Amino acid sequence: MAYATAHHEEHHHEHDEGIKVMGFWLFLVTDCILFGALFATYAVLVNHTAGGLTGKEFFEVPGFVSETFILLTSSFTSGLAVLSMHKEKIKPLIGWLIVTLLLGMCFVGLEIHEFQTMVHEGATISTSAFFTAFYTLVSTHGLHVSVGIIWMISITIQLKRYGITSVTKRKVTIISLYWHFLDAVWIFLYTVVYLMGVM
Amino acid sequence: MENHGSLKAYTIGFIFSIILTVIPLMLVLNHVFAKNILLAGILGMAVLQFFIQLFFFMHIKDGEKPRYNVMALILGIVFVITIVAGSIWIMTFNSQVQ
Repeated sequence: MAYATAHHEEHHHEHDEGIKVMGFWLFLVTDCILFGALFATYAVLVNHTAGGLTGKEFFEVPGFVSETFILLTSSFTSGLAVLSMHKEKIKPLIGWLIVTLLLGMCFVGLEIHEFQTMVHEGATISTSAFFTAFYTLVSTHGLHVSVGIIWMISITIQLKRYGITSVTKRKVTIISLYWHFLDAVWIFLYTVVYLMGVM
Repeated sequence: MENHGSLKAYTIGFIFSIILTVIPLMLVLNHVFAKNILLAGILGMAVLQFFIQLFFFMHIKDGEKPRYNVMALILGIVFVITIVAGSIWIMTFNSQVQ
């Protein structure tokens, strides 16, 4: 009987974790709509350059291409972290999470550098409607990545402290969903903002 | 039992996403097609890459049935397409209103 109760509770607990992952999918859908609104704004304002500078003069191909590859690779390494987790291997799990968040930091660093260069050359957020839309859209994504990095650091600490439990498993699953989602959003930034910008 | 993906699936997804990043870049830098075809092509490849993320990395097909996450995502995508396409479309009337 005691076993049956314990078993029931364990099952119940796993069901709870599943509901929390489902809740996170709902958050991702709302985030999708947020980015959709920003993309719509960008698409409407892309030609409103106040007769001045366009993205073509500022977007540097090596810069945004390396940002893209860094983010793609980090999406892959966060997947490897999840694979290690399901094999109950804590060391590679923590290792891949650290690789992922270091790649994320490189990405944010490159983006900050890109913004600094652009501002230095005279394209600030108030230069034209186009640049307002550009900085809002791209920095919202960058902010998401930065939050993801802090989040991932805290999960790594929790993994060190508690090991792989059903709770830490759910947390790693959720952060990796978040990270893949950010990569998916970046693909559209890469295509719509940068590739179409240098076209 | 749930399927959590395999190293093979992740590697295939990663290789595909790199290919789908490099091709549009090459097309754009070399001005291969006329502008409209080029636009449709690189947008199509971005959408394809989005699906690769969903299926190879985010394992959207996993989880318990009914798949409420897929339904929610489809609803979200309908909203996004409506917002983006609707905004672009309505703003083409800008000159008539002014």
